[in-house]
Amino acid sequence: MTAQKSLLHAARWQPLELVFWVMAFVMPYVVGQHALIINEIAIVALFAVSLDLILGYTGIVSLGHAAFLGFGAYSAALFAKHVNPDPLLGLAVGMAASTVLGVVCSFTIMRGSDLTRLMVTLGTALILLELANKWGDLTGGADGLQGVIMGPLLGQFEFDLMGQISAWYSLSVLFILFVLARRLVHAPLGATLKAVRDNRLRAMAIGISVTSRLAVVYTVAAGMAGAAGALMAQTTGFASLDVFALDRSADVMLMLAIGGVGWLYGGIAGAVAFKLMYDVIANITPQYWTFWIGLFLVVLVLVGRERLIRPWTWLGPSRGEGAS
Amino acid sequence: MSASYALQTLGLVKRFGGITATDHVSLNIAHGARHALIGPNGAGKTTLINLMTGVLPATEGRILLQGDDISDLAPNQRVSRGMVRTFQINQLFNSLTPLETLAMVVTQHRGEGARWWQPLGHSAAIIERAEQLLEQFHLTDVMQQRTEHLAYGKRRLLEMAIALACEPRVLLLDEPVAGVPAGERDELLHTVAALPTDVSIVLIEHDMDLVFNFADRITVLVNGAVLTEGTPQEIAHDPQVKAVYLGTSHD
Repeated sequence: MTAQKSLLHAARWQPLELVFWVMAFVMPYVVGQHALIINEIAIVALFAVSLDLILGYTGIVSLGHAAFLGFGAYSAALFAKHVNPDPLLGLAVGMAASTVLGVVCSFTIMRGSDLTRLMVTLGTALILLELANKWGDLTGGADGLQGVIMGPLLGQFEFDLMGQISAWYSLSVLFILFVLARRLVHAPLGATLKAVRDNRLRAMAIGISVTSRLAVVYTVAAGMAGAAGALMAQTTGFASLDVFALDRSADVMLMLAIGGVGWLYGGIAGAVAFKLMYDVIANITPQYWTFWIGLFLVVLVLVGRERLIRPWTWLGPSRGEGAS
Repeated sequence: MSASYALQTLGLVKRFGGITATDHVSLNIAHGARHALIGPNGAGKTTLINLMTGVLPATEGRILLQGDDISDLAPNQRVSRGMVRTFQINQLFNSLTPLETLAMVVTQHRGEGARWWQPLGHSAAIIERAEQLLEQFHLTDVMQQRTEHLAYGKRRLLEMAIALACEPRVLLLDEPVAGVPAGERDELLHTVAALPTDVSIVLIEHDMDLVFNFADRITVLVNGAVLTEGTPQEIAHDPQVKAVYLGTSHD
C-alpha cells in the first residue's frame, strides 16, 4: 500500500503547481501591458516542453527541433490565408502537419550515435528552411508569409492589439498540452521512456520495443512543437523563414539547459528565465545581449543550477569536496 | 518440433570476420533445468548468451524456445516469449528507484507498458507483484532510493529481480555473483538457489562452488565449441576438463 501511494504521489498535482497555473492565467489581466511577452513566453515554453519530451525523456539530442515549429507555423498560416481563418482549426492543421512530419522524421533518429542524430536533425531543419525559401510563391520566400488575418477565437473573441486574447489563447493551449505531456511522463509509457533513456540495452532485454517508443515520443513532441508554431503564426499574423532557423533550435536547447532537463516544468522555467533575461538585457544593451546570456550559461554550468539558485551555499564548501 | 526441451540450440555458429566465436554449439536445456555453462575466459559463453537473446545475429544454426523457432525474432520479442537474461555487468535504470523499476517492468510484461493515461502504480495487482519481488530480492528497505545510489550487492539483486519480473520460462544468468563482496554474497546465493523451480535456468559462472552446488547439468565450452557435457560428478572427474582448467594441455 505504501509502495502504491509513493508511486501515485509522483503523479499527483501539487498545490504549488496549481498556484503557478492560476498565476499564469491571471497575468495577462493584471499586467495587461505585458500581454505580448506573456504570449511569447507561453509559446516558447510549449516549444521547450516539447523538446524536453525528446531530450529529457529519451536522451535524444536534437538541434533541429525548429523544423516542427516552422512546419506548424507555415501550415497554420497558409491554412488561415487560403482556407479558413478560424484559429482552432488552424491550430489543429498546424499540429497535424507537424505530427505527420514527426512520424516521417522519427525514422531518421533510430540509428546512429548522438552526433549523427544531431546532424540528421539539424539537416532536416535546414532542408525545410531552404524549401520554404525557394518555394516563394507559396511561402513568400525571404519576405515571409504576410497578411495572415485570423478570425475571432471560438467565433467570439477578436484578437486585440494589446495581445490579451492571444496570451490567454496560448496559455490555454500550453496548459492543455502540458497536462497531456504530464500524464504521459507519469504513466507506464513515460517510465518505459526513462528506461530507454537510462539503458537502451536493458530496455530491450525486458521486452520494450525501443524503436516504437522513440517513434511515438518523437511524433508527440513534433505535434506539440507544431502547435507552438501555429500559435506563433496566428498571434503574430505572419510566418517568416526564421522559424526554421538554427537559432530557434539552439535557443530552445538553452532554455532547457537553464530550466532543467527531464522535468517538464524545466521547459517552462527556462522559457520564462530566457525571455525575461532577453527583455531586460536587450533594453539595457541591445547589441551585446548574447554576451550576457553566454556568460550566464557558462556560470550556470560551472556553478550548477542547484547552487546558483541557493546563494547562501556559495561560500560553503562545494558538495563534491564536502562529501570526501 | 517437439517441445520436450525448454531451450535448444541447433548447430549455432557465430563468426566475427575470421574468428569463430561460437562453433556449432548444440545445447538441450530441459524444462526446469539448472544448467551451467562453464569454460575458461574467451570460451564464448557470453557470445552464446548474446546469440540466444538475439543481441547478436547468428551466422548459422537455429534456436528453439519451447519448441518454437525464435532465430529470427527481435530481442524484445524473445523476451515476450519467455526468454530473459541478466547481465554480467549490471544494466540498470539509474534514475529510477527499485520500486519504479519493478513496477515498470511488471507493467511492461503485462502488456501495459505503452499506456499513457493512467499513472504508473494505478494497478494494485501490478504493485503487489512488484512488492513481492522487492521482498524476494531483499530490496524492500531500499525501494525508494535511486538505483544509482544503491550498494553493489543490492544492485546485483535488482539486476536479477528485473529479469524475474519478466516472468521468464528460461532465465539466462550471466555471472550473477561476479564482483559481489563477501558480506553480500550469501544473500545473493540464497536468492539464486530459491529461484522458482519451474523456471529453466542457464547459468554462466566462474565460481565453481556455486556451479557445483547449483547445477544438475554442466556444459563445458572451450574455444567456442562444446568440449563435453554431463552431470556435476562426471564433469568433476573428467580428465579433459581438468586439463583445460589446470592448463596441462599441450598449448
